[in-house]
Amino acid sequence: MRPSGALLGVVPFFAYVTVFLLIPALVVVIGAFVSGGRPTLGNIRALGEPAVTSALWHSVVLSVVTAVVGAVLGAILAYAVSTARPNGVLKRFVTSLCGVLAQFGGVILAFAFLATFSAQGFLTRLLGVGGGGLWLYEWDKGLMLVYLYFQVPLMLIVFLPAVEGLRPQWREATETLGGSTALYWRKVAGPILLPSFIGALLLLFTNAFSAYATAAALVSQGAPLLPLQIGGTFTSEVVLGQEGVGKAMALAMVVVVAIVMTAYAVLDRRASKWLVR
Amino acid sequence: MTAAPTAYDKAATDATRGVAVELTGLHRSYGPVQALDDLNLRLAPGELVALLGPSGCGKTTALRCLAGLEDPDSGRIEVGGLDLTRVPTNKRDLGMVFQAYSLFPHMTARQNVEFGLQLRRQSSQQRRARAAEMLDLVGLSTQADRFAHQMSGGQQQRVALARALAIEPQVLLLDEPLSALDAKVRVQLRDEIRRIQLEVGTTTLFVTHDQEEALAVADRVGVMRSGRLEQIAAPEELYSRPVNDFVADFVGVTNRLPGDADAKSATVLGGSVPLLVGSATSGPVTVLVRPEHLVVHADPNGPDAVTSVSFLGAHGRVIVGLAAGGQAIVQVPSSAVSNYPPGTRVTVRPTGEAALAVSART
Repeated sequence: MRPSGALLGVVPFFAYVTVFLLIPALVVVIGAFVSGGRPTLGNIRALGEPAVTSALWHSVVLSVVTAVVGAVLGAILAYAVSTARPNGVLKRFVTSLCGVLAQFGGVILAFAFLATFSAQGFLTRLLGVGGGGLWLYEWDKGLMLVYLYFQVPLMLIVFLPAVEGLRPQWREATETLGGSTALYWRKVAGPILLPSFIGALLLLFTNAFSAYATAAALVSQGAPLLPLQIGGTFTSEVVLGQEGVGKAMALAMVVVVAIVMTAYAVLDRRASKWLVR
Repeated sequence: MTAAPTAYDKAATDATRGVAVELTGLHRSYGPVQALDDLNLRLAPGELVALLGPSGCGKTTALRCLAGLEDPDSGRIEVGGLDLTRVPTNKRDLGMVFQAYSLFPHMTARQNVEFGLQLRRQSSQQRRARAAEMLDLVGLSTQADRFAHQMSGGQQQRVALARALAIEPQVLLLDEPLSALDAKVRVQLRDEIRRIQLEVGTTTLFVTHDQEEALAVADRVGVMRSGRLEQIAAPEELYSRPVNDFVADFVGVTNRLPGDADAKSATVLGGSVPLLVGSATSGPVTVLVRPEHLVVHADPNGPDAVTSVSFLGAHGRVIVGLAAGGQAIVQVPSSAVSNYPPGTRVTVRPTGEAALAVSART
């Protein structure tokens, strides 16, 4: 019978979602309210501790800055790429490259930056630039630069379809009605692209907010970001029994990401009505 | 002797509003492709001219040059006596309706119509009044608050027309505005475009590849090929007196029948056909005869045989295999279609209407 056959096809998907998303999320949610096998609000209260609030603040600042800068640079790059020949070599090369770079994070990326900008890095030694390279290990300088390395290509990948969805007729209609190029961007293309832009910006925010491996590889002093704090609660040999607090912090992250992604979904739905992709 | 008034002269005399448009010696090439090759075209004030032709004939390029969306390599564009050849699009005071998808998707129908007025710094009260008037003109006053994605293709094109006309342009440009619509809506909107154009009196250039559309709405139709105008004339003249076989073939259905020309007439299918000016006048020729200018008779001893019949609503078509080779399409009243089942022996004769003859070698 057709309906049951169709359902059979999505079983692997639901199995995957259950094992890798629902169960871990459930473990986090329940674990945030349990300590030593007993229900408690202590883990949630621990979110108010200065170390946690400071890490949350740093995570938000890092995510906002790299999302905004990455979104602006990526959008400009996406527009430039959209003007290239549709199936030309340049366009295919840049989009393929960005597809790879957007996923290029973690230890490899951290090592690449260390090899280039650290005290013993290539540019620092050879050209004498980089200011001694110590800034690279700071969350508000080094990490921002390193995060931009994957934020900009990610923006290009996410935003390019929206830019390419702008129809030439809209520009031409604006011109025939008496509008200039600047007016077209201000009154037509800008407002049409805005939901997609903000949606992509939110995606970049969550991308930076939840990144762990790159920060862990680069930052060795303390845990200035929320993901590092969470990691610390599970791996620390100094303070034991903090798993519940770690789960509470993870829950806080899940809530932030869920809010942001809901906003993204709403904006994306609006944009998809306007832009044919 | 005074020459008979042309359709252009008639339109110029009738015009109450609108401006004259003149394209002179326009050339435009894209690499090796010559899109416009010395195009000369005049539109009388208030006239609606349709440019018709196959894909790549240059009709859209001509319209886009007039709009300023393409720059001609050489030539001159005049609107209302002013040289606009190098004037940017946004200073030309034109209204344009595109093939499809030109409404701003983030604006309602009303906001779309108000857009051009806003650029002209009209007050919001004036804008609203004018938008309401225009939406009423195109029959969409109840859809003013809808977005493009909430409207059908036909409604979107109506709004696009209202938007183009709201700014009271000197010239209205229609770039295949009906081609993305289904057949019924196309006919409806086509008639509406003509009604509105006559009402507002704006000089209009209408580009289409649909001959029926062009013949139905235009004061004059220009047939283009390879960047040049092959013929521009009133629809009935274009249809009944094509200047060459390209125009005859492109506009309407034409039978290419072998015949023998002798000065002013030719013998075709055993009958005599007067020849149009410009025809080949001696020897073997191909005579271009319309299906409605042939008659078919059932005849058990006839030399020809019906190969197929089609019912087309108002009339029917009988396709006859000719004994002399080739085939002829004959138009018959729809009530007579059943008289000619495939295989029926028939004779086909011309009705005697004038036709164009070209040398049998072409």
